[in-house]
Amino acid sequence: MKEKPDVLQGTLTLMVLKTLDVLGAQHGWGIARRIEQISEDLLAVNQGTLYPLLLKLEHEGSIVSEWGVSENNRRARFYRLTAAGRKQLQAEARDWEQTAAIIARFFNVKAEDLT
Amino acid sequence: MKFLRRFFVRLSNLATGRGTDQRLQEEIAEHLVFQTEENMRAGMTPPEARRQAALKFGPAQAIRERHHAEQSIPFIENLLFDLRYAVRMLLRSPGFSFVAIATIALGIGATTAIYSVIDATLLHPLPYPNPGELVRVVDDLPGVGAHDVGISVPEWRDLESAGIFQSVSVSGTGADVNLTGSAQPERLSYKHATPNYFTVLGVDPQLGRTFDPHDATPGFNLEAVISDGLWRREFGADPHIVGKALRLDNDVYHVVGVMPRGFRDLGSTSEERNTEVWLGAGMAGLPFPTPRRGIRLQSRAVARLKPGLSIAAAQEHLDALVESLKKQYPEEYPSQAAWTVRLTPLSESVVGSVRQSLLLLFGAVGLVLLISCVNVANLLLARASVRGREIAVRHALGAQRTRLVRQLLTESLLLFLLGGIAGCAILFFARKFLLQLVPESLPHMSDISINWGVLAFALAVSVAAGTIFGLAPAWLMSGVDLIGTLRQEGRGSVGSQGRSRARQILVISELALSLVLMVAAGLLLRSFWDLFKVQPGFNPDRVVAIQTWLPGPNDPSQDIYRTATQESVLLREVLRRSRVLPGVEEAAIGDVDALPLGHSNPGTLPLIREGIETMDNQAPVIHSPIVSPEYFHLLGMPLLRGRLFSDQDLEDTPQVAVVNQAAARTYWPNQDPLGKRVRLHLDSRELLNSAGPAWTTIVGVIADARTESLADAATPQIYRSLYQHPAKSLAIFLRGQLDPSTILEQERRQVQAVDPELPVFRAQALDTVLSTSLSVRRFSMEMVAFFAATALLLAGLGIYGTISYVVNEQRREIAVRLALGAQRGNILKMVLRRGLALAAAGAGLGVAGALIVSHLMTGLLYGVSPTDLPTFAGVTLVLTTVALAASYVPALRAMRLDPITALHSE
Repeated sequence: MKEKPDVLQGTLTLMVLKTLDVLGAQHGWGIARRIEQISEDLLAVNQGTLYPLLLKLEHEGSIVSEWGVSENNRRARFYRLTAAGRKQLQAEARDWEQTAAIIARFFNVKAEDLT
Repeated sequence: MKFLRRFFVRLSNLATGRGTDQRLQEEIAEHLVFQTEENMRAGMTPPEARRQAALKFGPAQAIRERHHAEQSIPFIENLLFDLRYAVRMLLRSPGFSFVAIATIALGIGATTAIYSVIDATLLHPLPYPNPGELVRVVDDLPGVGAHDVGISVPEWRDLESAGIFQSVSVSGTGADVNLTGSAQPERLSYKHATPNYFTVLGVDPQLGRTFDPHDATPGFNLEAVISDGLWRREFGADPHIVGKALRLDNDVYHVVGVMPRGFRDLGSTSEERNTEVWLGAGMAGLPFPTPRRGIRLQSRAVARLKPGLSIAAAQEHLDALVESLKKQYPEEYPSQAAWTVRLTPLSESVVGSVRQSLLLLFGAVGLVLLISCVNVANLLLARASVRGREIAVRHALGAQRTRLVRQLLTESLLLFLLGGIAGCAILFFARKFLLQLVPESLPHMSDISINWGVLAFALAVSVAAGTIFGLAPAWLMSGVDLIGTLRQEGRGSVGSQGRSRARQILVISELALSLVLMVAAGLLLRSFWDLFKVQPGFNPDRVVAIQTWLPGPNDPSQDIYRTATQESVLLREVLRRSRVLPGVEEAAIGDVDALPLGHSNPGTLPLIREGIETMDNQAPVIHSPIVSPEYFHLLGMPLLRGRLFSDQDLEDTPQVAVVNQAAARTYWPNQDPLGKRVRLHLDSRELLNSAGPAWTTIVGVIADARTESLADAATPQIYRSLYQHPAKSLAIFLRGQLDPSTILEQERRQVQAVDPELPVFRAQALDTVLSTSLSVRRFSMEMVAFFAATALLLAGLGIYGTISYVVNEQRREIAVRLALGAQRGNILKMVLRRGLALAAAGAGLGVAGALIVSHLMTGLLYGVSPTDLPTFAGVTLVLTTVALAASYVPALRAMRLDPITALHSE
């Protein structure tokens, strides 16, 4: 049986920020589920690792949290992107695209190109 | 930025405890509820839904722990753990903790006490801004053996314009003056100073102004600056004091300013520092002599260097200036006199005299601290044998060695800090008592206090000592032999080789250090004893000296005691009345210079011998007390040749003088001084009352007496008769069965019956003066002796502990020996030999150290050589005896060991 790939260090941050950017305020479980859905279960995120990350991002000022009521009328902590977080997202997205582009170029390279 | 921010978050986490953890836990719970609901909607049974949710979530506990590790500062957290543990350990063995803390408290308390004295004296000798710029300017005439001869007014002006100094001030060396007009004529210390005096010191008044530094009045400018103390005492802190009149010795001055509370004048004597009135004077007009280069003022020159100029650089400029002046005025500065001007740091002139004593004390107390630290290190090592198992278990459970060292170090640091705190607390509560031990002659005694600087010092010493002396035991303790220790189930532990060697080294160094201290104490004790027993050459028993002062107005023509004849009427009447006081057997009068050991700065006069000195500037200087004829007999100074003064030596009869042997030897070697003629002033034309003939004939020689300092052999003295030379500052000497509490009042009544304007003050018993003159020596001797005794006690305890430990360790061996038939006496000898070996090693090292130390303190010794054999031998003997006695108790225990019990218990 093939193992599902682990989440790359740092990519989870990007996913969280992007999810919040797209969906607006969202509680922890919502974020976890969204990431799961989008990656179509290809990615095995231990949902638990999400929360320390959320706390860290909040400490760093990229997101803020407040109490709210969920769609099924439960009290839950909702996270929202801040201006600083939006900037961070843009920067990280750019970085990621760059990295991906470089990697892509490596894959497209053929032996004769390197002579 | 991010890093800093994270650090502060972590720090706040530490403070807020587990706040974020709480939140994490809540969110996890919340998440699980959501997921369970979702699972149930997908058709799972509730228990299965919960299980799947938890599986999907992952290891919640691990996540929380990792998060915690990330969000806190492990170093501080561990420190808190270690501290908590250390407190528990200390509480668990209260006996050990008490002994250790008490030992450290003794060491650090004593060190801090001495440091507080040094802080007030050596470290802060001058209570003025930028004290480094302040220098004394001292004129010497080394060619004629004269030092500190005072400055002349033209020289002062040269210095002012030399470009080396911001300003140069000249002041008197302090004198007394009568404040009249108040209920009781009061005696005040005053000082006349050039108007820039306070500018040089850099101190502003709290009220009014000081003198105008540009004031060019040649004589007294009739302005007075007064001290805060006088202002409060005499004028009730009158806010309108400025401009009021102050009558001093019949002259009227105006108060222009009040110095701030706590302002102290310079000077090494308490009289000088207690100056209460400053008078501004240009030093160049009446009553001062005409300003000429040859006329040197009895004065002290203090200057403030240009900023950034070092004393050495300034001295170079000054030397060049002196050279050019010598060329310019060859008659004023004959080459034989070799006039020089030297700069010394002002602080030196204030505390220079006690520096050596204080440094010695600091060294001694440092040794005590070292010994007490060594002792505690020894105790810590001794505990290692008890705690070996505990440490081995921690080791076995995976604690790293560095982690163990850190924990043990935390314990010892805690011990030392507690010891330091206890030491400071004891010091704080005992400070009143301790200050009484400090001799009053110590400069700046009133400034000794336990301030922040002193506390910081105590803290630094505690931490440094705790680290240094905790690290080695911690390292040795943590290096346990894991298997060996754990295997000795219930048997206690056998110490490692390294540990017992370390203990022996510690004990040897303790013994060596205490030997050094004891030698120092022994040498000081012998010096002090010799000084105490030295024949002063005069008899201070039952003699009381009481001082008085005849007012001297600035205008000599208004002085009712201007001539010796005028004054002698008063003096004879005072003497006649004094003799009839109850208990008085003899009475005499002299000037203050005639007070034995009572003055730190005696006046000197040039000695011009007839036919020998041709140039006044080359004259040697000599002390010249002025005394009444009864003086020599009263003080028991025997006449050797010639005659003493008689009542018939008067102002209009030939001037006569009596010299001591030292003067005869120094100035008339191999000649008979009787009949020789001398002049004691530079130039007869300069005399204010030049009616008398210029030459004085020597008529007698008396035996030498140590009237200047008990430690110095007699200095040359030439005595003159009070009935031929008027003196203003007088001491009345009374011998007999006197009641010290009432004699001052009785004498005052008699003197004021003759002249009610005269103040009568300060009755001193001469034997008190004698012992006071030794007070700094006595203080340092007593302190060092106390430290040495402490050191000996600690070293004794150290050797006792080590030998006990050795015996305990060898219990099995001893038991086997006994079982095999060893004599008990041999066991005793074996143990004692261990103690003796340690003592011998310690004594050997100690003697070597003591030789170095005793040579360093040669300057403090009197009459005893730094390699004094009896002292060294005696001290070594004492140390060996103590070491043997301390080993004897554990040796006895070893001897009485019951082999069966001992072997059974193993």
